[in-house]
Amino acid sequence: MRTLTKIDGDSSRARRELHDHIQGSGPLSRHTVDSHGQRQAGAPSFHESAEKHVTGKAAYIDDLKAPSDALHVALGLSPVAHGTLTAMDLEAVRQASGVVDVITFHDVPGHTDIGPVFPGDPIFVDQEISYAGQCLFAVAATSLQAARRAVTLAKLSFDEQPASLDPVIAAERNEVVRPTHVQQRGDWHAALSQAEQTIEGELFVGGQEHFYLEGQACLVLPTEDEGVIVHTSNQHPSETQKLVAEVLDIPFHAVIVEVRRMGGGFGGKETQASPWACVAAIIARRTGKATRLRLPRSDDMRATGKRHPFHNRYQLAVDTQGVIQGGDITVIGDCGYSPDLSDAIVDRAMFHADNAYSLGSARVTGHRAKTHTASNTAFRGFGGPQGMMIIEAAMDDIARKIGEDPLTIRKRNFYRKGRDVTHYGQQVDQKQLLHTLVETLEKSSGYWARREAIKSFNTNSPIIKKGLALTPVKFGISFTAQHLNQAGALLHVYTDGSILINHGGTEMGQGLHTKICQVVARELGLDLDSVRISATRTDKVPNTSPTAASSGADLNGMAARDAASKLRERLFDFAAMHFEGGLDREGMRLENGMLIAGIAESERRIPWGELVQTAYLNRISLSENGFYATPLIHYNRATGQGRPFYYYAFGAAVAEVSVDTLSGEYLVDRVDVLHDVGNSLNPAIDIGQVEGGFIQGMGWLTSEELKWNTKGALVSDSPATYKIPTFGDLPPIFNVELLEGHPNSMASLYRSKAVGEPPFMLGICVWSALRDALSSLTDYRVSPHLDTPATPERVMLAANAIRDKSL
Amino acid sequence: MATIEFLLNGTPIQCNVPPDTSILTLLRDHLGITGTKEGCASGDCGACTVAINNQSDSQSRFLSVNACITPAHQLHGQHVITVEGLATDGNLHPAQRAMIECHGSQCGFCTPGIVMSLFTLHANQQHPPSPLTPEMLEATLGGNLCRCTGYRPIRDAALSMQDYAWEAPPWFDASQPAREPIQGSKPTANDGAFFVQPTTLAELTDARRRYPDARLVAGATDLWLENTQRLTALNQLIDVTRVAELGQIEQATFQTQPGWWVGAGVTYTQLKPLLDMHFPTFSHLLHRLGSQQVRNRGTLGGNIANASPIGDTPPVLLALNAWVELTRHDDTRQLLLSDFFIDYKKTALAADEVISRIFIPQLADLATLRVWKLSKRREDDITAVLGAFCYRINNGILQDVRIAFGGMAATPKRASRTETALEGQPVSKASFQAAQRALAEEFQPMSDVRGSQYYRQQAALNLLERLYLSLSSPNQEVMLHAYAH
Repeated sequence: MRTLTKIDGDSSRARRELHDHIQGSGPLSRHTVDSHGQRQAGAPSFHESAEKHVTGKAAYIDDLKAPSDALHVALGLSPVAHGTLTAMDLEAVRQASGVVDVITFHDVPGHTDIGPVFPGDPIFVDQEISYAGQCLFAVAATSLQAARRAVTLAKLSFDEQPASLDPVIAAERNEVVRPTHVQQRGDWHAALSQAEQTIEGELFVGGQEHFYLEGQACLVLPTEDEGVIVHTSNQHPSETQKLVAEVLDIPFHAVIVEVRRMGGGFGGKETQASPWACVAAIIARRTGKATRLRLPRSDDMRATGKRHPFHNRYQLAVDTQGVIQGGDITVIGDCGYSPDLSDAIVDRAMFHADNAYSLGSARVTGHRAKTHTASNTAFRGFGGPQGMMIIEAAMDDIARKIGEDPLTIRKRNFYRKGRDVTHYGQQVDQKQLLHTLVETLEKSSGYWARREAIKSFNTNSPIIKKGLALTPVKFGISFTAQHLNQAGALLHVYTDGSILINHGGTEMGQGLHTKICQVVARELGLDLDSVRISATRTDKVPNTSPTAASSGADLNGMAARDAASKLRERLFDFAAMHFEGGLDREGMRLENGMLIAGIAESERRIPWGELVQTAYLNRISLSENGFYATPLIHYNRATGQGRPFYYYAFGAAVAEVSVDTLSGEYLVDRVDVLHDVGNSLNPAIDIGQVEGGFIQGMGWLTSEELKWNTKGALVSDSPATYKIPTFGDLPPIFNVELLEGHPNSMASLYRSKAVGEPPFMLGICVWSALRDALSSLTDYRVSPHLDTPATPERVMLAANAIRDKSL
Repeated sequence: MATIEFLLNGTPIQCNVPPDTSILTLLRDHLGITGTKEGCASGDCGACTVAINNQSDSQSRFLSVNACITPAHQLHGQHVITVEGLATDGNLHPAQRAMIECHGSQCGFCTPGIVMSLFTLHANQQHPPSPLTPEMLEATLGGNLCRCTGYRPIRDAALSMQDYAWEAPPWFDASQPAREPIQGSKPTANDGAFFVQPTTLAELTDARRRYPDARLVAGATDLWLENTQRLTALNQLIDVTRVAELGQIEQATFQTQPGWWVGAGVTYTQLKPLLDMHFPTFSHLLHRLGSQQVRNRGTLGGNIANASPIGDTPPVLLALNAWVELTRHDDTRQLLLSDFFIDYKKTALAADEVISRIFIPQLADLATLRVWKLSKRREDDITAVLGAFCYRINNGILQDVRIAFGGMAATPKRASRTETALEGQPVSKASFQAAQRALAEEFQPMSDVRGSQYYRQQAALNLLERLYLSLSSPNQEVMLHAYAH
């Protein structure tokens, strides 16, 4: 198998290889000239904004110039988690220096519930308070400082009630935001009762703060009619358009939402960017002034939802070889106070409770617990990672019980011929790919030799213990809400031959705009510099889906391709008829900025610019719409069966760690990743997604710890107390490769695969390696309990619980 | 309000801003220059990193600082470089080119800060060129959070930027002609705001006496959060960073002990060479104290005056039996540091006093200092538990044992009962078991966001066990060296 680029500790070698690839020696060279020349889909082009990023010219929301009388908004957030707002005296707030407007629940002209899918999210508290950080009122002032200081002058009275913070208790009491859902296939009960052995366990999987570097922000400009233009850092402009219109009680066409780029999203700006746009829009309409709303970091962390914490349990029937025959898995998602996207998120946790393994005859139950915290929301993986954790925990547990290496147990349980239907009824396509990928990584990472070396090291090292783990990822690609699997694009060709593409997806750093430009360049045989992308706007491509579920390029790329290919065919038809002597319509193609017809001596070449000019003069439309809807997918919630995913993306990673079992401190010494993106649309961007996803997933399971006090207030509400990975957490050896030679078996965009979310779950191998190191304290007989995040505190306490006391 | 004058990317700027204006606010809100980003406004993410020229040190031409928590008034007479300044005539700086070539930006929001940190590394590598080590990269970039890339391409950019030729633009060597420090507007009935910059200790103590309500500001790495996070107006500020006496390090003998008087205004970065030479384990701790941006600003005096129970240097200084010198306009007194901390955030410092110097005694012959910090993240994190152990072993007997902990009590505190349990005892399991019992009795730490009470207790006991093992099995690895030495 060929691999594309090897990025490892020897970065000069990695750069050389990348350079070779750019020069055309790489396997995708047929699409590639060089990184500065014709950079079409398949090439490792730079991010379209890279130069603007490094020079500070890339504008984010708070960098946009606004009129000098623009207002700045600060929010009054509830300090209590549960209770009733009994009085709110805002007189001193109104009188404060610089204050122009103060609004509350009663000042909302239209809808007051801005729940994105299901109702339940009031724009402001009316009376009932559901979490600490919930929005009570908003202050607009001439400066942000003035607005923030005014907020502190509010006189608030509460009837505070105890906060419900334990999702397990909530689920037991049936305090849920949505009904429980069950997926079941085969007789799980019989499987358990007839099992050769059963094994069970439970695991708390912590949540995660998005910590996008650019916090929630918007700038709203009132228009000359009843509407607004909303600049927002936002993954779902169409939903913001809808909610702003509903809150203002105006038609959707009076609201334009524009997103040029986000300073990070990760799911945190899918539904939770809208409330701020709604608040700012109300103020902009009331005052007639441009209105900025940017959440200070700690307000952002307290007011917005996070990745759902989960409590998971499993009981599995396994045979003597450790192969799962069936069982029962329960996942309880801590949804916070309202539904938001939790139904789909807990569903996705359930869809991934098998990860890469056949569960046999199994039941998977998912509860959506309601607690008094911010409404937890989308975050890269969307519940999938939390679901996967329970089966990966089980793999390690089975291995210790059977006395085999965890990798052996994992491989035995992989989906394979005869065991290839998931508990929700989807047949796993490309299952052999998983075996190939893992076997390749097993060899390239030297897993078994290192396993022996580590065992021998551990024998002679009582305090420092090394651990090793390989974990796979199988991640389903598609929105599980079927209607979201659609996308549109709008393509303009101007008479100088330059091209402007617009589509429904948003750019949050993932390189989507770069890939879309590459798609158009490839379809039209042009240099990438000929194609420019414009900000995502609801008045260009309407009714769009969120940029989420890893689907940005899959959906919008197909729509852009559809637009480009329709335009191309129109130009071909025109050229065949128009040009002197007629051109051979069959075999006509666009390459290197030329329309080429015929072959050999009959070949005719017409430069792109001339073609476009001629078409224009002959009144041929040079603008085109594109559209795409994913075929084949369906899911029946009543039966819990269907084919929710168009395809699966695969990957695997190996981590080696060193653990100080006295202090709980640890280091990730080496990581090897092999990841499947089908035929890569842009290897450089895809590797960036794999590496970034891995580190973010590792952070989720290691240092990123959310903590609330007993009254329900978030105490990890700043980067001083919430620790995402930093430079030194990058493993010194980090080998990341894309699996080559395995195009998507489905007819996706150039046979590529989605890459946004799947690599996040590669980080699970770090947690499993920590457990492996701890298990060595018991000569691998005990599978240590290790909830996440596995902070040094948790690792030390786990070690203390099992190690031989030397003192 | 006083006028401040400084160079911005080589261009002279004059402006009037309130004393509690940060460089970031000055740039973005007053000057409308928005390349420098706000990620957290608390000095934790590095998105706002800018570079300030460093006239005092030819080895470090530029210092990275967090613009969000650096007072704009301290720019007076300085030269600040922002991301807008790096590219000249369309020619990108090597840090910028390398970041593009290595695909080092994704969402791009942290990128200007990362480029500026790389710029300081690049600039300081020129004088003189030295090979990059992993430690240097960590030190340079540990304070710049990136949520997208996972840092690998940024590491590659750091390693490759020296490959690009670069001709220093004119601003590179520009320095502001020496200016008088801001003398500050005098407090008036209408507007009590001022920012004074005394240049001598006498002027400082005089200002302290005359304006007892004013706040002292040095690196502002903690003080400024009162403004950005708690919205406190910091209208009356006395800047200690220009006081000559406070910036000095002198070898001396005090109370018959050889050692060093370290000015309270000496930054961690300035202190590092001394620690490298004489207290390598203390120096290693500095690597894990804040970020480079914080170490370039934070001072030893500030860390002590702050009196946080989780400040990093006080437990070490306690174990070293350091002294503080407190000065008022007409008097100077020296105090053992252990007598300085009274209760939570309460110290012996009187309202009209300043910390002028700290005396760090040299380690006695055969004495050893161990410093072990536990935190959630290895770099740029605040301590959960920090243990500092100083001792001498004479014929197998522990002597002159001084142990101090951070994160275990309301103040940084000596573990006196634990010391007693070990003093004069052999290095044996029994001695350390006794010490663990004493330790368990003398501290009742609290639970907070950084760790539970139980964890803190267990961790402190385990650090004693680590000490025992490191003494009894010297050939056995008992800690991870990236964390501790």
